[in-house]
Amino acid sequence: MLNYSVKRLGLAVIIVSVVMLLLFTMIYLIPGDPAAVALGPRATDAMREALRVKMGLDQPIWIQFWNFFINAWQGDLGNEVLSDRPVTDVVLEQLPFTLALIAGGMIWSIALGIPLGCWTAIQPGGIVDRIIGILSVGVIAVPSFVIAIYALLIFAVSLRWLPAIGAGDSGDIIDQIIHLILPSLAVGLGWVGYLARLVRASMLEVLEASHIRTARAFGLPERLITYRYALTIAILPTVTLLGVGIGQMLSSAVFAEIVFARPGVGKLVYDAILTRNYPLVSGAVLVTTVLFIAINLIADLVVGVLDPRVRSRL
Amino acid sequence: MNILEIQNLNVTFDTEDGQLRALRDVSFNVPEHRIVGIVGESGCGKSTLINSILGLLADNGQVEKGKILFEGQNLTELNSSQLRELRGVRISTVFQDPMGALNPVISVGTQMLHIQYRSSLSKSEKLDNAAEMLRRVRIPDRESALTRYPHEFSGGMKQRIAIAMAMMMEPALLIADEPTTALDATLEVATIELLQDLQQQIGCSVLFISHHLGVIAELCDDVVVMYAGEVVERGTTRQIFYRPMHPYTERLLQCDPAGQSERTRHLPTIPGEIPDLRLRTPGCIFAARCHCREDICDSTPPEVEIEGQSARCHRLVA
Repeated sequence: MLNYSVKRLGLAVIIVSVVMLLLFTMIYLIPGDPAAVALGPRATDAMREALRVKMGLDQPIWIQFWNFFINAWQGDLGNEVLSDRPVTDVVLEQLPFTLALIAGGMIWSIALGIPLGCWTAIQPGGIVDRIIGILSVGVIAVPSFVIAIYALLIFAVSLRWLPAIGAGDSGDIIDQIIHLILPSLAVGLGWVGYLARLVRASMLEVLEASHIRTARAFGLPERLITYRYALTIAILPTVTLLGVGIGQMLSSAVFAEIVFARPGVGKLVYDAILTRNYPLVSGAVLVTTVLFIAINLIADLVVGVLDPRVRSRL
Repeated sequence: MNILEIQNLNVTFDTEDGQLRALRDVSFNVPEHRIVGIVGESGCGKSTLINSILGLLADNGQVEKGKILFEGQNLTELNSSQLRELRGVRISTVFQDPMGALNPVISVGTQMLHIQYRSSLSKSEKLDNAAEMLRRVRIPDRESALTRYPHEFSGGMKQRIAIAMAMMMEPALLIADEPTTALDATLEVATIELLQDLQQQIGCSVLFISHHLGVIAELCDDVVVMYAGEVVERGTTRQIFYRPMHPYTERLLQCDPAGQSERTRHLPTIPGEIPDLRLRTPGCIFAARCHCREDICDSTPPEVEIEGQSARCHRLVA
């Protein structure tokens, strides 16, 4: 297990490095002189040249990449253009809001998706199964920003049950959680459908397995068979899928943050693109990538904890 | 005294193409302390028979008529929770596939604890029971075996663990559904001997299902020959193997590779195939493939009994 973790960590480092190379190339290929963008139209050539030297842009490209690479691993992603603050600080400031949003989305999808999948698998073909099946496909098909807008209009504007915008007062956890309900629903609702379908399919498969027949032949209670003998196996593909799904949730989070005017990395990137604040865009993308890779690493380790067959192979 | 008496059991399945009769008028007994073998080719209704006894028929299957008397109690009249009370305690089962028969994500010890869920013993007493059962099936290093998972054992060990689980509650009847089919020849012998030992120690009866005639001859006291959902012949092992009455049994014994006296490239087979049970005619079920078929075979054959051996065949009347 330890060996495996180290191996996976090494792989993660390589992936992050490749992403850095890609990001660097992308920034390099963007037309326009970063020094000119930073200084604005009224700067003189001498000022631009001075900044180019200061930013290291006069160096050969491979030295530029090496500097970017070394600095990035040390947590230094440069300074953003508008306020000249370190990109790392700006991104990390916003990160907790996005993390909370995604965690909320995961809680929705797990808390609703897994029980629904389980429930429909026990009585396949029944009326409940069909209704939930149709609803699942429905919420999968609807883009998260549509859900966000409708959730906002129905629950915040018309019914006034929940607040419409913002992340709540800092320091007031309850208020923050209340502000999180609708945006996290928008991020997680599609995943409720995915998980319901996935858990249903894998439950049906596991319930056909011969060890379930053995458990029944030993007269074990049906509850024990469903939840302990079948669900613990049926849940394994879900964990992997959720790890990958974090990527999609991160992109849904951009829309949810814009619609609900919440702070967060998504909103930050959106604003940075509008103001052509490239260091901030690349920094935020890099942080998001690291987050995505870290969560997938955790998902794989969780599968290892849940599945002894995987664990012993590690 | 009989532990299990099956009387005129008829099981049907509703399929999209109409009703399928998987078992027709199946009758036989499993006497106390005896091992009864059921032999027949694939699709003869062995699995349906087991599932009927266990009350685990698929949703589209039902016992149409007949009785399954277990210790005098008709199992077909019990509800699902009453049946569950018997399963694993009075009637236990070992299945064919040792690789898949144990839950892959729950440790052996925990699975053995779960089987004892009805018992009022403390957890450590239950674990002692489990370890003791593993000793009886000769699993080495029992304490650590309890904490390990099924994939950490070999196929033969897994089957022995499955046997230990089945025998743990000291059932009155053990159903063994081709327990050695997935094992190689040496393991097969060892597993058969183990089953015999445990059967004698516990004093249970065994319903042993196999298509391996050699194993049946070695292990069983009585044999039931099934074909296409019917019992065509039954008797003691000696009677069936030395004096088969039904043409199907005769042909089946001729097909046993172990019985071939000389080397041959072509093993004997029974020409034809199992009839479609949805298109069942009233005559003898084996008539279409029978080497001594006559016109009278189109009518229902009588059940003829001679010295406890019985078969369904017109030939026996003459």
